[in-house]
Amino acid sequence: MTPATLTAQTVASPHAHGGNSVSRTMFRVQLALLPATLYGFWLYGWPAFFLWALTILSCVAFEVLSLKLMGTPRVKATLFDGSAVLTGWLLAMTLPPWAPWWVAVVGGFIAIVIGKQVFGGLGQNVFNPAMVARVALLVSFPLPLTLWVAPLPMSTLPTPDFVSSLRIFLTSLPVPDAMTSATLLGHAKTELARGIDLATALHAGPDLSWIGMRAGSFGESAAVLILCGGLYLLITRVITWHAPLAVLAGVAIPAAIAHAVDPGRFLSAEAHLLSGALMLGAFFIATDYVTSPNTTTGQIIFGLGIGLLTWVIRSFGGYPEGVAFAVLLMNAMTPVIDRFCKPRILGRDRKGKPLDIPENA
Amino acid sequence: MGFMNLFKHFLGDDWGVHPDDRKRPAADRPLRTMPVPEKLYLPLQQHLGGPARPVVLVGQQVKKGELIAEAQGMISAPIHAPTSGTIVAVTDITAPHPSGLTLPAIILAADGRDEWIDCQGCADPFALDPAEIGKRVAAAGVVGLGGAAFPSAVKLTGAARSKVKTLVINGGECEPYLSCDDRQMRERAADIVDGIRIMLHATGAREALVGIEDNKPEAIAAMQAAAAGEAEVHIRPIPARYPMGSEKQLVQVLTGKEVAAESRTFDIGILVHNVGTALAVRAAIRDGRPLISRVVTVNGNCANDPGNIEVLVGTLAEEVIAFAGGLKGDGIGLARRVMGGPMMGMQIPHWRVPVVKGTSGILAFDAQEVAAQEPDPCIRCGSCVKACPMGLLPLEMSARIRNSAYDEAVGIGLKDCIACGCCAYVCPSKIPLVQYFVHAKGELAAQDRNKLRNDATKKLAQQRQERLDREAREKAEAAAKRKAEREAAAAAKAAAEAAAKQASETAGATEGESA
Repeated sequence: MTPATLTAQTVASPHAHGGNSVSRTMFRVQLALLPATLYGFWLYGWPAFFLWALTILSCVAFEVLSLKLMGTPRVKATLFDGSAVLTGWLLAMTLPPWAPWWVAVVGGFIAIVIGKQVFGGLGQNVFNPAMVARVALLVSFPLPLTLWVAPLPMSTLPTPDFVSSLRIFLTSLPVPDAMTSATLLGHAKTELARGIDLATALHAGPDLSWIGMRAGSFGESAAVLILCGGLYLLITRVITWHAPLAVLAGVAIPAAIAHAVDPGRFLSAEAHLLSGALMLGAFFIATDYVTSPNTTTGQIIFGLGIGLLTWVIRSFGGYPEGVAFAVLLMNAMTPVIDRFCKPRILGRDRKGKPLDIPENA
Repeated sequence: MGFMNLFKHFLGDDWGVHPDDRKRPAADRPLRTMPVPEKLYLPLQQHLGGPARPVVLVGQQVKKGELIAEAQGMISAPIHAPTSGTIVAVTDITAPHPSGLTLPAIILAADGRDEWIDCQGCADPFALDPAEIGKRVAAAGVVGLGGAAFPSAVKLTGAARSKVKTLVINGGECEPYLSCDDRQMRERAADIVDGIRIMLHATGAREALVGIEDNKPEAIAAMQAAAAGEAEVHIRPIPARYPMGSEKQLVQVLTGKEVAAESRTFDIGILVHNVGTALAVRAAIRDGRPLISRVVTVNGNCANDPGNIEVLVGTLAEEVIAFAGGLKGDGIGLARRVMGGPMMGMQIPHWRVPVVKGTSGILAFDAQEVAAQEPDPCIRCGSCVKACPMGLLPLEMSARIRNSAYDEAVGIGLKDCIACGCCAYVCPSKIPLVQYFVHAKGELAAQDRNKLRNDATKKLAQQRQERLDREAREKAEAAAKRKAEREAAAAAKAAAEAAAKQASETAGATEGESA
């Protein structure tokens, strides 16, 4: 025995650990994203794969750069926690599938440097980095960020091969009109703006699809697969049901009421639930640990807020889609929610006063 | 981790943690009794409260069970010789504490005869006055054997005074690895039930609820058989969940009552004792024997032959391990030595530390078990919030403590923390949360002590100033008085002179008139 093992370092209890780790959690979330991601590759071909890979790569690269610049001693350990990969992955899921390469790089920069490291790195950011990047990209480059290609299996045109896909990805060539399509939310918004009734507009418009056979972001459209990923996270206890269910309810309830009142003006609850980033947002964004409240009551309020704001933005706002904006707004509310929603301490009332001792105990 | 747990998790009824209990095979091996070691090391502070005061001299011969240190103060417990022999020293030894600091102890060299003093037993404890039982338990040095080592007699007499109605007996043994209570319930169930009945008599409580976690079916069966004829002793299987054995949690699960913060179970008519304590109380009353031994679990991946061993208080952990079969590979791969359970026990610096009355386990962990790792940053996952059995926000408290904002940490519940370790157990970033809380509580205690000292100093300074002022004032008053007297005297003199002068003048005038 060496002296080093003899003089043990003082450690407080407990001397056992449950075995959970940050990297395991991040890995499980990535595993949950995998089905929808692979399906996205099939839907949109090689350009989507390039976009996905480069977004993750640039997130990791900017993470390394930030850590080096800050002189963090634990670059490797921080990198292997998997959080940068996950941020990149989530961002890629929300981008138009054929977005050009520089969208991935700029997005990675905004997400990691501005969205996360500026605040102090993992655990310190107020806003969800992927959503920060998504919104910044959308506001700065509206055109490439709203150019939706129809899923390839639905298209009559031939699927681009590897080389031509690389050309599409690197040269930002205009996508042929025949391949593009409007999203349901976008179509509804334009038609409503033109004064056309929804009943008429949707008659010839894009269909709803549980399996992603609609125009949309690379990883957002296959509701069934995202739901499966979400269920996996629920069962493995990475997330709880509170925030996702609240998000879905927050959209579905006002949507159902408004649609019942004026179906010509408001989309149905089903259209809202199956459109845009809602499913992904409910299960993967609203459950982000860092930027959501840490009590169950808080998570329900947070989720309902996201849902309601999403519906308001979609129905009355300037943009057809509102999940990212709603998430950022509720992220800003998180510290306030946390301040007001605290668990009741055993033996105390909600205000923190000790319980009354019954007289006849 | 079954389906029910998953269901409870979805409902949000999920306080505490479900650690792998690691109780078997140690729990399934019969109790072994360790022979008397050559020397016993008996710290004077083996319990909560004031340390005991030695009443023996170096070189003195003592018999087994003889009082060697008496209780000192309201909350304290005496210490008795665990075997017959000679007192060889009263000196400082390494404390069973992570600091490795020393504390005063009596060292006893055994003579090998193991000769008892005359024990005054009692054939019918139920004829005794409850107060007398309290006195005898106090004299026998019985303390809570669950780990906290609070003097039992103080609780018994306090409970009798508060007229408690329910006696809760803690057979939960929720700490992983430990099985000393389990083993005693299996082998000594009848004696435990007898001890419980004596405690019921001592406190005047009407019923006893014995809570046993459902991961100990053999213990539940044995206790149910032993309590079959006793109408007032109820055996209650409870779900296995850590920290089920914590007083407030156990009371809530068994009785549905919630103990208010900053108050005790007495206040809602409940007294909590451990099953091991029930045995010690029985021995003290029936046989008149003091608490000089206890059952200790030797366990951990490094232990060669895990099991439960009855050892004399004061035996070195080193010798207990040697008796239990030693360490695998003579200690190669040993990562941490722990006394008590893995969740709340303490790391000890080496094995030459004695077993005290509150020692429930001696654990030899390898690196895989302790899984020590540099902490990652907090990702606010909230696992600690869900795990906390007290409803606290460990992540918020630790963030404040990191900034030395201790008062803010107290404001969000630091003082309600029971240091059970659930938060640190589930933390994916392996943040040593309990260390933060213990540190903060220590800092606050130090601040309180400083404040008391400052207040005392201030008071003394104030008193001195007052005294000086008073003295100066008295001096001034005395001087003024003297001056006044002088002046008065001078004035009187002057007046007298004037009067005399006037008198003489008047006399002169009269004379003149008359002349």
